[in-house]
Amino acid sequence: MTSSSLRNDNLIYFDNAATSFPKPPTVMEEMMKFMKSIGGNPSRSAHSMSVEASNIVFEARTKLAELFGVKNPMRVIMCFNATDALNLAIQGLLTEGDHAIMTSMEHNSVARPLKELEKRNKIKITVVKASNKGIVASEDIARAIIDTTKLVVVNHGSNVFGVVQQIEEIGKVCRTANVPLLVDASQTAGVIPIDVGSDNIDLLAFTGHKALGGPPGTGGLIISDNFDHSTLRPLRFGGTGSYSDKTYQPTFIPDMFESGTLNTVGIAGLLGGIDFLEKYGGIQKVYAHKKKLTKYFYNAARDNIRKIKFYIEPEICETGVVSFNIEGMEPSLVAQKLSDEYGIMARAGLHCAPMAHQTMGTFPRGTLRFSFGIFNTEKEIDRAVDALATISKG
Amino acid sequence: MAEKSIILYYSSNYAIWTSKLLHKRGMYHKLIPVPRHLSSDCGYCVEVRTEDVPIIEGLLKEYGVEYERIEMM
Repeated sequence: MTSSSLRNDNLIYFDNAATSFPKPPTVMEEMMKFMKSIGGNPSRSAHSMSVEASNIVFEARTKLAELFGVKNPMRVIMCFNATDALNLAIQGLLTEGDHAIMTSMEHNSVARPLKELEKRNKIKITVVKASNKGIVASEDIARAIIDTTKLVVVNHGSNVFGVVQQIEEIGKVCRTANVPLLVDASQTAGVIPIDVGSDNIDLLAFTGHKALGGPPGTGGLIISDNFDHSTLRPLRFGGTGSYSDKTYQPTFIPDMFESGTLNTVGIAGLLGGIDFLEKYGGIQKVYAHKKKLTKYFYNAARDNIRKIKFYIEPEICETGVVSFNIEGMEPSLVAQKLSDEYGIMARAGLHCAPMAHQTMGTFPRGTLRFSFGIFNTEKEIDRAVDALATISKG
Repeated sequence: MAEKSIILYYSSNYAIWTSKLLHKRGMYHKLIPVPRHLSSDCGYCVEVRTEDVPIIEGLLKEYGVEYERIEMM
């Protein structure tokens, strides 16, 4: 299967950091099965269709708990995407007078909820700047921690440059200072092994629709086994199928954070995505494939496109996400030509991460981004390099 | 006929978890609606054999499966 085989056309999809495409066949199969024959609302009734839906949600929690190294599957809180999970963690944990730390590589999904709290005069923020390679030093995080610091938020893998932070080292710093660590794993879940226990992560936000291969509308917050969930306030309140005689929100997990009907069909699809990844060869194979394509692209591009400019070396470009520019050309114009004239889907601009571009010196123009997925091939990269070579001469 | 007991939960999610653990061990269990005289919850609970209760209690403790109480029927 390639990125164009499902569409049965000649298009090439290099925008997997936005959302992965195509989705594995098991994703569609599980979603169809759910819509055709399961369809019940989990935890709401004792009839067999509700129980079957509950079984699917439980299975998804169990697989995700295993994937991220949490023992209790109820500590997998189902959300609608990583932004939703990050908002639950940030707005749920911070209160007036608190200080929070984020890095200069954050996506707006972290920066905006924090800046909103700052704007309302609720909290103060320190932004720890990454090096010109996009790497944050754990010592700099340690230096930024003050008495009122209640949260450190770190982008694990950059959605713009593909660099990955040394989360274990940052985790040690946070553990020593007794400050909760929230990790945004939007770009790394399903690509880089994560163990919330050994990495000293308290809260981990992930999305289901990128490297895990699931559909949009899925994601979650992992609450590590040792983190006191009662310190987190729910973002939404409402029906949970439990404590129905009470008009107050329950205080146990996962119910207290999962008001309203879950995206059950999406969760069924996510389960299909995780199953596919296991059969594919696991996270290590995903990582190896993306790394191989990244190196292949760097080499082919440097050999054939005279005016190409990369911002980091391929050795530290870890998640199949590559940012570059053609000197003297607007990235958005190049992306448009790639789409219109060559059928190649890529994303140009600031990628909702202005601070990351400022850190790497690519603000405000931005970059052109290729993000490779498991279904991309070297042959597709050859076509893209030929296209870029022609465009760069124009 | 063996005597039955019912495990009541704060959340149906834990009833499903119990069901999976018991299924894996081939132990009798049944997910049933919560009897109204026992709780006003709209979810479900797990019916088990009373004779299995001590083993099940140990299992739930081992895995950290939270439950409200066990009622003999």
